Amino acid sequence: MREYLVRLVQMHESFRKAELQALADVSGVEMHIIKYEEDSPFCVIGLPSDKAAHAMISRSILSQGIYELWGHGRNYNALHASIKNLSPSKWNAYHETPFRFTLDSFRGSRTPTEQRDIVESFSYLEFAGPIRMKEADVSFRVFEDYDHEAPEPKYLYMGRFISGSGRHAKTMYDLKKRHYISTTSMDAELALLTANIALAAPGKFFFDPFMGTGGFPIACSHFGAITCGSDIDGRSIRGTGGSARKGQMGKKDVEGNFRQYGLEERYLGGFVSDLTNTPLRITTPCGNEQNGGYLDGIICDPPYGIREGLKVLGSREKLGDKERATHHDRCKEPTYIPPKRPYSFIAMLDDILAFAASTLVDGGRLSMWMPTANDEDIELVIPTHPCLEIVSVCVQPFNKWSRRLLTYRRLSDSEVSQDSLHMTKKEYETGIKADELNGFRRKYFEGFKEFQKLRLETATGRRVSDESTELEKTSN
Amino acid sequence: MKLLTLNFLTCAIKTCKTSPSSFPLHPQDAELEIVESDVNMAFLRNILPRLMWEELRGITRELGLPELPETAPAAEDLGEPSQVAKDLHRLLLETSIREGKLVCGNCGHEYAVKEGIANFLLPGHLV
Ligand SMILES: [Zn+2]
Repeated sequence: MREYLVRLVQMHESFRKAELQALADVSGVEMHIIKYEEDSPFCVIGLPSDKAAHAMISRSILSQGIYELWGHGRNYNALHASIKNLSPSKWNAYHETPFRFTLDSFRGSRTPTEQRDIVESFSYLEFAGPIRMKEADVSFRVFEDYDHEAPEPKYLYMGRFISGSGRHAKTMYDLKKRHYISTTSMDAELALLTANIALAAPGKFFFDPFMGTGGFPIACSHFGAITCGSDIDGRSIRGTGGSARKGQMGKKDVEGNFRQYGLEERYLGGFVSDLTNTPLRITTPCGNEQNGGYLDGIICDPPYGIREGLKVLGSREKLGDKERATHHDRCKEPTYIPPKRPYSFIAMLDDILAFAASTLVDGGRLSMWMPTANDEDIELVIPTHPCLEIVSVCVQPFNKWSRRLLTYRRLSDSEVSQDSLHMTKKEYETGIKADELNGFRRKYFEGFKEFQKLRLETATGRRVSDESTELEKTSN
Repeated sequence: MKLLTLNFLTCAIKTCKTSPSSFPLHPQDAELEIVESDVNMAFLRNILPRLMWEELRGITRELGLPELPETAPAAEDLGEPSQVAKDLHRLLLETSIREGKLVCGNCGHEYAVKEGIANFLLPGHLV
């Protein structure tokens, strides 16, 4: 194990460790977190090699880069002593190499004179090669970590640059420059981060059951996965404008988004469907025989419906024979609109977990966003399924509510507790309303009503194109 | 929709899904499109064990495409890439249905495909 310094970004703090661990998992690298503080962008990790460091960090969204750690300390004397103690064996290799030596002061600043003095205090390294600000063969960097408005840094690090991060993708996929988006598209940084945490990678197969304009599938395909999605609102997939097929101008659709980024080879396609009536193959639930799952990952931001409420296929009232006959006769007409009914968000969360349990391969991941009101009671409750194990919970706080990213791992059947599986089955069989049985659902539901109220308040004055679906008007 | 999608799609009607004949869906009046792309070996290797081979053979026959071998190739047959891999990639990831319909072999319900997008929303009497 060698020590490396990861220069994180100081934002989305609660996602940073989850991302690092996911990157280690997806790269098949053994990583130990040696030093991590929520209030600092400097994280020390143990890794087997430079190669492992590069593999991990080159696709990281919440870091700027990774460095081989040469020394660290509370002040410059301590830093120099640490370097002289830990790294002299490494100096030799760089005596003649064209190099670059820079300073990174976090929450602090140094005048050019101070910067020069600091760099010169490292002259004992005896780097005699030419200094190159661009295209240097090797780069060294000194890091200063300041408390807010403190005159002197509280901690220092020095290291050799190994690899930059994948953070530039955030700019590449910026929604402002994307061909086709909606008001509910998740920003590129969070979509890419979600794809990382769900372990999207070359060779894998990912699905988003609420794809909207395709933000998550695109993020997963950026990392090499083959992707597919569905949405109950066909208009979001088909897009707007004329027919692209006939070469008309102005067509904006999900396929066009993939084409914009040169990812169309990785897009299997989108289809119109409702998760509660999915056409996807549902395999035997876990706990018996062999897992027949085929998805490596599912990522989604389920609709929670602010204005009109969440809807799924079906009628509000049970249809009578006469009405059924009418639907039967009319359903092939181009103007036919399939009826939809309100549905509870909590029931939808259960449906997503059940869907994930029966479609994910062993070790496959579900990464799902979920809104909550900021209430201590609700903070701790997480929806569960006996075949899924929670991997990480990341929080994006807003004023009065927050959004959480829940990530689950599909257990292999031998890992599933038969008792809990039996319990779940029983709940369904007895037909007792789920809300009454499960503490999570009850608490979450109370908080959720509060959350919806808050969102409505914030939304006043501007049109919120919520995910609650209006009726499908274009075709059946 | 690329043809590989059909490896995962059944009828959306709940009472139908449990019947073996609801999978695979049968393409009819299909207008196909081929867009060539580089063979994605990592994906082929990963997805190979998840293919429902017998059903896929049936679909290619129904579409009038070149017949698939009787048994699924083994991972080592894919080579770097072998002709088998190229053919499989062409079928699953380079060929797509632009227009047509997908028909359930059990209940006969038809799902329309328009501009490459299949619609699985069920009418009121089938939910
Ligand atoms: Zn059917």
